[in-house]
Amino acid sequence: MSQYTAKTHKGQLVRLVELNRKSIQIFINGEATEALEGDTLLTAVLTHQKAIRQAEFSHSDRAGFCLMGACQDCWVATEDGTRLRSCSTLVQANMRLVTPKAKP
Amino acid sequence: MTQSLQAVIVGAGPAGIRAAQTLVAHGLRPIVIDESARWGGQIYRQAPRNFTRSSKQLYGFDATKADAVLSTMDALLSKVDYRPNTLVWNAEGGQLDVLFDGSTSVIDYTDLIVATGATDRILPFKGWTLPGVFSMGGAQVALKFQGCAIGQKIVFAGTGPLLYLVAYQYAKAGANVVAVIDSSHFSQQVKAVPALLNQAMVFAKGVYYLAWLKAHGIAIHHGATPIEVKGAQSVEKLIWRNAQGEHQIDCDAVATGYGLRSESQLADILGCKFVFSNAENSWIPEKDLSGRSTLQHVYLAGDGAGIQGADAAEWAGELAGLALIEDRQLKQHAKHSTRSQALAGYLQKRMTFGHGLNMAFQDPPNWARQTTDDTVICRCEEITAGDIRQTAQSTGAQDLNRLKAMCRVGMGRCQGRMCGPAAAELLADCTQQSIVKVGRLRGQAPIKPIPFLQNPTVKTMSCDAKEDE
Repeated sequence: MSQYTAKTHKGQLVRLVELNRKSIQIFINGEATEALEGDTLLTAVLTHQKAIRQAEFSHSDRAGFCLMGACQDCWVATEDGTRLRSCSTLVQANMRLVTPKAKP
Repeated sequence: MTQSLQAVIVGAGPAGIRAAQTLVAHGLRPIVIDESARWGGQIYRQAPRNFTRSSKQLYGFDATKADAVLSTMDALLSKVDYRPNTLVWNAEGGQLDVLFDGSTSVIDYTDLIVATGATDRILPFKGWTLPGVFSMGGAQVALKFQGCAIGQKIVFAGTGPLLYLVAYQYAKAGANVVAVIDSSHFSQQVKAVPALLNQAMVFAKGVYYLAWLKAHGIAIHHGATPIEVKGAQSVEKLIWRNAQGEHQIDCDAVATGYGLRSESQLADILGCKFVFSNAENSWIPEKDLSGRSTLQHVYLAGDGAGIQGADAAEWAGELAGLALIEDRQLKQHAKHSTRSQALAGYLQKRMTFGHGLNMAFQDPPNWARQTTDDTVICRCEEITAGDIRQTAQSTGAQDLNRLKAMCRVGMGRCQGRMCGPAAAELLADCTQQSIVKVGRLRGQAPIKPIPFLQNPTVKTMSCDAKEDE
């Protein structure tokens, strides 16, 4: 299964195809992170970690659900406070996203 | 007449595109509003421009159809006013409120074709809000639109044609599919064969996916229901049940869905009358065979007004376009009525197939009764099955909107898109009413969340009205 193995891959999503795209840098919680051009924010985040936001009441982790702009469970904040629906927004170089801290 | 007529099509999937093509062929220049960045809808969703897979790789057996629909729109771009990345969030008095690039504006229409499509119909189980659980359509989007699998060990659980299609697409792309869990019994699917043969090609594809999965050693369990996803921070295992008892399977992702549900909020806000559909087991906007809604000059086409699939959406889109031309008494092509009749015939025939699908793919038996009190139903507001039952009992709420007012189920950001069908099933069960009686969640503006705006287009209120408050 491409370059990933169960042990080393900390993300939820796994890239299978379309790997030869231009790499771009974004920042997740201040850390420089690699994304590929054409990734949605959801893909860019969830190929590195499991969660994208926390539910308002229980504060449980969420990672989106419908991926087509219907469930509204994948909104993510940028450092300047803008909120974006991550499944329907494509990454741009040097975007700075804030998500729940990745758990060990 | 043509001068003052402004046709607007909402949606650029197979229905919206065929509707646009029909209107252009009759000399109109419709506005086509698309929430996505590129046309095709969900079924023929296009990957971002720098992706390189062929349409055969993206759409499989449907590549020829996808190419036909997508290239039709490509050729129409100079003849329509195409508005991608645009959300219709409200409608009132011949105007649509739309959001584009963070600001809102108004689009006037005299004639409207609503082709808003569908999303997955979800029946929740415990743990379905954990990272790693995605809708069936969502799993397909991850692969088709992003080239990703939703995990490294994936279970597909639910029922409906997408179940086998998406599992097949994943396995074929090299993902590790550990099991397919189908709530329908194989015997039901065999019984449905005569009705399904009505669309022999579609049926043959379904049989092919199932056979391919089996031939590749992927476990397929019929008459099986997902009970609970367990995991500390994300999916670690799925507990499922069949007649033999409970079982568990290690996995890190689950895709789930029980067929599709119409995206009917816009039709609702417009004021279209709704009718109960036994096929969908829910309320859908009422339309005649040509797609005329109960409102003058408002037409409905595609899965947004009853689930019939992509082929039917193309026919319905064209038919709605023809109906609009007819109703406005515009110049018709020579074979107009022959074509209308043929399309209506295809759609009728498709209904028989739809009945077959409903026979073949059935919900878990007694889903509502079997769902435990601690199962979250509304993932936005985190309302459980227990909250719903207790609210129904203590307040006497008999219909869904009353229930929503009392316990906030369906009141969150998704407006009940994910929990609506499940909440209806639960309320019907615990109040011992039919699902028809519990009604449907009313659509509300904004149809989807919109940002607070710097310069909102608020309709100004007169001073008198203010003083009355």
